[in-house]
Amino acid sequence: MAKTLMTGNAAIGEAAIRAGCQSYFGYPITPQNELTEYMAANMSRRPGCSFVQAESEIAAINMVYGASVAGVRTMTSSSSPGISLKQEGISYLAACQLPSVIVNMSRGGPGLGSISAAQSDYFQSTRGGGHGDYRTIVLGPGSVQELADLTHHAFEMTDKYRIPVIILGDGMLGQMMEPVEFRHEAPAIPPVREDALRGATGRPSRFVRTFTSNPPDLEELNWSLFRRYQLLRKQEVMWENYMTDDARLIVTAFGIAARIAKGAIRQARDMGLKIGMFRPITLWPFPGEQLKELSYTTKYFLDFEMNMGQMIEDVKLSLDGRGDVSFHGRPGGVIPTPSEVLRIITRIYHQKGLNK
Amino acid sequence: MKKVFSHPKSLKKAVFHYCPGCGHSIIHRITCEVIDELGIQERVIGVPPPGCSVFAYYYFDVDMVESAHGRGAAVATGIKRAFPESIVFTYQGDGDLAAIGTTETLHAANRGENITAIFINNAVYGMTGGQMAPTTMLGMKTTTSPFGRDGKFEGHPIKMSEILAQVQGSCYVERCAVNSPANIKKTKKAIKKAFQNQIDGKGYSLVEILSPCPTNWKMSPVKSWQWVDDVMAKEFPLGLIKDTTGKKRAD
Repeated sequence: MAKTLMTGNAAIGEAAIRAGCQSYFGYPITPQNELTEYMAANMSRRPGCSFVQAESEIAAINMVYGASVAGVRTMTSSSSPGISLKQEGISYLAACQLPSVIVNMSRGGPGLGSISAAQSDYFQSTRGGGHGDYRTIVLGPGSVQELADLTHHAFEMTDKYRIPVIILGDGMLGQMMEPVEFRHEAPAIPPVREDALRGATGRPSRFVRTFTSNPPDLEELNWSLFRRYQLLRKQEVMWENYMTDDARLIVTAFGIAARIAKGAIRQARDMGLKIGMFRPITLWPFPGEQLKELSYTTKYFLDFEMNMGQMIEDVKLSLDGRGDVSFHGRPGGVIPTPSEVLRIITRIYHQKGLNK
Repeated sequence: MKKVFSHPKSLKKAVFHYCPGCGHSIIHRITCEVIDELGIQERVIGVPPPGCSVFAYYYFDVDMVESAHGRGAAVATGIKRAFPESIVFTYQGDGDLAAIGTTETLHAANRGENITAIFINNAVYGMTGGQMAPTTMLGMKTTTSPFGRDGKFEGHPIKMSEILAQVQGSCYVERCAVNSPANIKKTKKAIKKAFQNQIDGKGYSLVEILSPCPTNWKMSPVKSWQWVDDVMAKEFPLGLIKDTTGKKRAD
């Protein structure tokens, strides 16, 4: 199929429809409005599909909960402050093991923050986010093409593991335009989950609930989730190694920050500096083993994020003391340039004597 | 011999956990009778709330999904939009519908979501131990209005039915009570109409039911039934509040 020039937000919408997403519930917030608008234009009158502009992010996530209960593929999107509001619903989705896709085109925080791209929701996304002992699958795309590909992947993963999937983008990824190719056609008959609640026709009635008055039942649910998390850690991690083979310094970065770092690394390579990059694509489960692997050939790491240092905790946990980890971060929605990152890379390279 | 009374098919044969004199068990039963009479048991998806009726799925023999506190109308919206062939009802208390879930309720009604809401108003938070609800009567003492609810400090009882009747999308709003056999009969008729409206695709229907809570009101069941008439119904008058369906009651 030919490539189309699209914003990241619209690309997610198109990819979702092609993944058989039948319902979308949203609420306006910058910088993700193009996605809600794309869904309004392409889903609200589409036969068999539904689009609701909800009265709040809380309502939107609970509509997702209802649609997922009814067995259809469903999605919502928002940006940081709105994602905070959705956390109640995400906790319930996790508890009921209801497949669902939640897009966060994150922006600077805390509070209302700024509308510019930031990565300050890494902790919230990868540590569960709402109350209770649970995780979500978190995908960190780094280009418009990857937004489209990972959106399709998100729907497959959430159905397979029955764990909500967060697509953690940012305002820049969402609003920039790039050529994108869609690798899937929308299914003629969208999938409906077999265990959906669609009325007790020809079977006994059943219910979906989260509350129990018996703690051992809840403990068993937690164990069941935990076993699945272990499986995810083994089977579903995604990452990218970029020029790591001979690297003396490896930049760890995700999403748009990795994109910026790539520009810096290419320039550094032109200058003869041996720099590589490790980019986690699944932010949870974090590809810790794969990162640790690199510590056998490289000692120096530079963690670069558009926040004050959140993923660095996973980087350090994964390296388990084996690496020397520096950090550079720009919080608040400030977009660093490749030349800024190059300056940091060059400084560390020389400070650590890697040029010798 | 003609059979005139039996256990509703849609009501599981379980013993209710509700307190003596509580209105929930009556409302459960008559709702199940309505579901049977309309022949919709296999299409119904119920949405009970946190609160005393959180275990409604132990009693209703229909598909059910527990919603987060106050989010019933949003969850019902999601179900109904995703699967319009279903008959979706929410079962919500006063804290759920009139406090934490006001927004979801009002906007579901305003969108004219084709769902049925059964709103139990017992003037207190029951399951959490009798705290003040948005519908608590003026002067009424609860654990969080220990000096008696005073409008100046704690605000006034909120009349959700009247508010919901104001929006275009609601087609039917009626306030009933379950404190006497006559009122129970009226309540059942209202619930039946609220479900029939959904079958006919009319939009948002709500039946508010004044329901005794003897435990938290600290009254005997008999006294609490009188209190509904003598005090609650003065603040929350019984009767039809809105009906744009142009139809008489389903019976």
